[in-house]
Amino acid sequence: MAYLDILNLQKSFGANRVVRDFSLPIDKGEFVSLLGPSGCGKTTVLRMVAGFETPDEGAIRIEGRDVVPLRPNQRNIGMVFQSYALFPNLTVAGNVGFGLKVAGVAGAETRARVAEMLELIGLPEMGGRYPFQLSGGQQQRVALARALAPRPRVLLLDEPLSALDAKVRVRLRGEIREIQRRLGITTIFVTHDQEEALSISDRVVVMNGGVADQVGTPFAIYNQPATPFVAGFVGALTPIEATVVDPRAGTVSSGGMVMHLGRALPMAAGTVVPIALRPESVRLGREAGREIVLPATARAVEFMGSVIRIRAEAGGQSFLLDTFNRADAPPPQPGEPVEISFSGRDVIVIGG
Amino acid sequence: MTRPAAWVALVLGLLYFVIPLWGMAEFSLRMRRGVYSLDAYGSVLANPEFQRTFGFSVLMAVVTILVGVLLVVPTAYWVRLRMPRLRPVVEFITLLPLVIPAIVIAFGYIRLYNTGSWLPLTGTAGGANVLLLMGYTMLALPYMYRAVDTGLASVDVRTLTEASQSLGAGWGTILGRVILPNVVVAVLSGAFLTFAIVIGEFTFAALLDRPAFGPFMQRVGEDSAYEPSALAVIAFAITWACMGLIGLVTRTQKHTRAGA
Ligand SMILES: Nc1ncnc2c1ncn2[C@@H]1O[C@H](COP(=O)(O)OP(=O)(O)OP(=O)(O)O)[C@@H](O)[C@H]1O
Ligand SMILES: [Mg+2]
Repeated sequence: MAYLDILNLQKSFGANRVVRDFSLPIDKGEFVSLLGPSGCGKTTVLRMVAGFETPDEGAIRIEGRDVVPLRPNQRNIGMVFQSYALFPNLTVAGNVGFGLKVAGVAGAETRARVAEMLELIGLPEMGGRYPFQLSGGQQQRVALARALAPRPRVLLLDEPLSALDAKVRVRLRGEIREIQRRLGITTIFVTHDQEEALSISDRVVVMNGGVADQVGTPFAIYNQPATPFVAGFVGALTPIEATVVDPRAGTVSSGGMVMHLGRALPMAAGTVVPIALRPESVRLGREAGREIVLPATARAVEFMGSVIRIRAEAGGQSFLLDTFNRADAPPPQPGEPVEISFSGRDVIVIGG
Repeated sequence: MTRPAAWVALVLGLLYFVIPLWGMAEFSLRMRRGVYSLDAYGSVLANPEFQRTFGFSVLMAVVTILVGVLLVVPTAYWVRLRMPRLRPVVEFITLLPLVIPAIVIAFGYIRLYNTGSWLPLTGTAGGANVLLLMGYTMLALPYMYRAVDTGLASVDVRTLTEASQSLGAGWGTILGRVILPNVVVAVLSGAFLTFAIVIGEFTFAALLDRPAFGPFMQRVGEDSAYEPSALAVIAFAITWACMGLIGLVTRTQKHTRAGA
């Protein structure tokens, strides 16, 4: 049985149905991200787990026990907020020790635990400082230590990195994951940044309009998107509309071009299926093993450093493709004729 | 307005306040013929009735502040947290004491709680003190509420509350250890204003016949010449000290709260 079991949650604000039939079993020690666009209900799900909102229907079980009737301060769930929410009147040590003090833990034990937590977040010398004397990244680390100090059963983080600048964000997400692994704490992490979700999670839940569109490992979410929304939201791709030619042989056609996917399809011949190509599956020029070669015209070239993203147009269809930067091979200019190639085996069948 | 005109207006305004004050202070020093002296002050301070009434009013002020804080901080907090749409209504209610004369309220109290009523508070000194406390708390309400509410505006009440709750804190802990410490500057400025109001208050004290400082000042004014001026200067000094303390507290506390 799952350690944290979210079952059929429903939540409306007035006539606005914000969360619909949301279920998610989470194993002990698992790191799960809720990913989705603004307003899709991520925070609302998290707040229901924390106890700040009451679900209209459904259950939230921790170790088999429904926590919905419990008040937030009875749930023993740690929470980290986007705005840090440190107590401005308390020192770092006071903040980290707050939960222990509330629980009536003895002074000496609290001090030891606070020191341990500050060591864990890499700020052992900062106990005497006030929150305003810390950088944003340090404040968020203190907030993490504060949430972890009372040994919560579950850790919830609501866009904890959104207020930080890009470099700190990447470093801190690695640290959060590292600390989470070391403590083995069951964690739900909310973000609207797909790279963040894919890079640190055991599993990702892609939410859309209050519904969990897909739950899966980052690899599965990226490579086998269950819906057009997931395909479009996670990563960049070229959507193509194709018609199934021979489902058993796995052939589809689009605009006169026939692709052999190398796997059987569950649809009947003649069905229109949404397929897509990730930019990294499409190459500039010919390459062995990429049997489909199309003459195209470069339309836009985006130099991103190690990778160059090119938009090329072939037969009225535009393709995104990524190539690695090479100092001796400058990218094509917009308007230049190019050849692109890909393999039918790399084609993603959305929902298939 | 042009710059010189603004200066002229400022100076005129200052003179308007300063000349009577100056005249009063100067007069209070002239008790001894021909030389300036603090005789009037000595006489006032040595008056046992001064000590008694002043002590009474200070005590009333302290209790008023305590009651005010206990009433206003949780109310303002709750309104901000759970009933933000009611904020204008509550604010309006707290402003009512500014438009309802104290004398009306005092008569209301006396009618409601007289010796023949269901709760004869005016019959005993203790009961009358309770009524006085109620009156003072009400007089202080607009200042206290505004101060605390402004203080609450500068902290993220909702998120701090949720952070405390997720750490296991109940309402008492949240109010006492999180909310109150973060609005302590605001509470203090409200407290000093309350102190100044209570020390100089006359209407309630006189109508409820309490031995407070306000009525004492008035009696002294009837009986003697120099002492009333000395008393007025003392009262002014107390008020100004309160104002100064507000400024001081606000300034010294600022650095521990920046970036909240
Ligand atoms: N207390 C509330 N009262 C009314 N509507 C609310 C309330 N809280 C959230 N909503 C609405 O519910 C929807 C989902 O909100 P939620 O905060 O869960 O989204 P989110 O996925 O966290 O978005 P974001 O990425 O912007 O934080 C939104 O349309 C929001 O306006
Ligand atoms: Mg949100």
